[in-house]
Amino acid sequence: MPVDVARMTKVFERPKSLTEARYTYCPGCHHGVITRIIGQTIDELGIAERTVGIAPVGCSVFAYLWYRCDAVQVAHGRASAVATGIKRARPDLVVFSYQGDGDFASIGTAESLHAANRGENITVIFVNNQIYGMTGGEMAPTTLVHQKTTTTPDGRDPATCGYPIRFSEIIATLDAPVYVTRQALYDTRRIQDCTKAVKKAFQNQVDGKGYSLVEILSTCPTNWRMSPTQANEHVANVVTQVFPLGDLVDRG
Amino acid sequence: MALRQLLRGNEAIAEAAIRAGCMCYFAYPITPQAELLEHMARNMPRLGRTFIQAESEVAAISMVYGAASAGVRTMTSSSSPGISLKQEGISYLAGSNLPSVIVNVVRGGPGLGNIAPSQCDYFQATKGGGHGDYHMIVLGPSTVPEAAQLTTLAFDLADLYRTPVMILADGLLGQMLEPVELPEPIDPASLPRKEWAATGAAGRDPNIILSFDLGPDNLKRMNEALQAKYREIRKREIRYEESDVADADLVIAAYGSTARIAKSALQMARAEGLKVGLFRPITLWPFPYDALRAVADHVDTVLTVEMSAGQMWEDVRLAVAERAKTPFYGEMGGVVPTPRSILNEVRKDAR
Amino acid sequence: MPRGTIVIDAERCKGCGLCIAACPQRVLAFSGSLNASGYDVARMENPEACVGCAFCALTCPDVAITVYREKKNA
Repeated sequence: MPVDVARMTKVFERPKSLTEARYTYCPGCHHGVITRIIGQTIDELGIAERTVGIAPVGCSVFAYLWYRCDAVQVAHGRASAVATGIKRARPDLVVFSYQGDGDFASIGTAESLHAANRGENITVIFVNNQIYGMTGGEMAPTTLVHQKTTTTPDGRDPATCGYPIRFSEIIATLDAPVYVTRQALYDTRRIQDCTKAVKKAFQNQVDGKGYSLVEILSTCPTNWRMSPTQANEHVANVVTQVFPLGDLVDRG
Repeated sequence: MALRQLLRGNEAIAEAAIRAGCMCYFAYPITPQAELLEHMARNMPRLGRTFIQAESEVAAISMVYGAASAGVRTMTSSSSPGISLKQEGISYLAGSNLPSVIVNVVRGGPGLGNIAPSQCDYFQATKGGGHGDYHMIVLGPSTVPEAAQLTTLAFDLADLYRTPVMILADGLLGQMLEPVELPEPIDPASLPRKEWAATGAAGRDPNIILSFDLGPDNLKRMNEALQAKYREIRKREIRYEESDVADADLVIAAYGSTARIAKSALQMARAEGLKVGLFRPITLWPFPYDALRAVADHVDTVLTVEMSAGQMWEDVRLAVAERAKTPFYGEMGGVVPTPRSILNEVRKDAR
Repeated sequence: MPRGTIVIDAERCKGCGLCIAACPQRVLAFSGSLNASGYDVARMENPEACVGCAFCALTCPDVAITVYREKKNA
């Protein structure tokens, strides 16, 4: 029996702040979920007309295509410094950077840390999938010990490659950040929690409170060589053991 | 009333930038341009403007990229090793068509070199130190007052052509004290609105700032647009100064502090009866090839003098071709040519 | 009448299967038919069981799902 949707209430639709463009991400990749959460947050806060997004380098290089707001595409790792420049030039704008683990926690280490340390009133979305997706699955700073990547074919050996870096914990040692949290998306409960965290990180900026960082444990089914559901289970059972979920700083 | 003050080159550039409406300045300390940074630290916050001592040169130029994206006048400054670090950002600024001003108070190199005056960054500045097919406008002031004037010009040209502009000074100019007549401060709010900037998509389609396109045909078009802009700049913005060239047998080609020293040598040579002139490029990019070629048509010799191993010399030879002899005299490592040492070269070549 | 329903934009669907795994009512399954991009798209196999909880839509990385729920006082 066909259902007449006209007689029903629409309870979930594509956020207005998202464009109609189709994502370039692989099937099952969490980047799409994160993008949707950001779009929904921009809708709920009614800030699309004064938001500037920052697209990084990596799989999310096309982030400027997904939102109906101004955007700036930037050099690898420099998103937090560029966000600083935009926000200081125009404090009335809402500025968010979207950065992967290579971008935020490796090549952009200095920019990421010092923007946080200055307490820039920006929102940073840090997507941690423990791998370099776009370039073909190389080791990330967050790659797990013994995890195989194309540049650690025998698994990450801490003796030569060090350990997965817990960058949010490092940022949490600083005095300035108002909100630092690690979230995940492996089930609907986590997606709802993450949505709240992202909204809070934007709300903090709108309220002029200062620097907010949401690290999101994300999947890369393609380069992990897992199905999307296996990848979710891997985050739930393995990745969260190394990167525990929860708020690290909440001075809101 | 224009105000006349005794200022160092570094301070004159800083103050001129403030008066040109620079709203955001980002830099990292390095000798011999520290006074510029310090002048900005004292004065920008007082005016309600942004000063950030960045964590690195890379971060500072990226902050410039952000502030330029948001449509305000913005500047960074450094000296040679720091400018090397900024090359990534300069390439992105050029690729994304972002107006911005970068000051290089050049010191001895390569590597850490030293903190003495040099012109060894000419190649880096004029030929594109970063990746990609790009240029920036490069202005070479010769005196402290001119450094202030060219700073004003740099902001205007940056906005007009949506391009990074470099002021290529040197340690001598940065440290030298001279009386300067500073321009009246402009009201930044009076500047034309930048409709392309990322200022919030209110009542319009989103503005996207980028230097990126995966499609070769699209990226080719973006490159062609850049090249068209460069042709326009070459057509309209070439600046140079000629002194005593009309009857000259030998013309010295020099820029920046070296040109100033060469002027003294010129007077000494004229006193000896040698017919010597001076050709001083003010825009190092675009280089005044045609003007220098015209000079070369009626002189025997174009003597290039630089504080380098012969960098501008390549452009001089390109301009002069076989029209005249093109000897070179250069000092390196922070050694500054004296009027006497230049005169000795002139005597050799004028024979 | 089901308490809810969904509309899947088949051309956005990449056949990742996350919505199928997320649905507490086991409403969804792979359709076996490919979209223009060659993905086996999800569809409602058991539409009567849909309660309009939107877990599928929350999970969908490609924002391909719109969710409807029965009006309370209809």
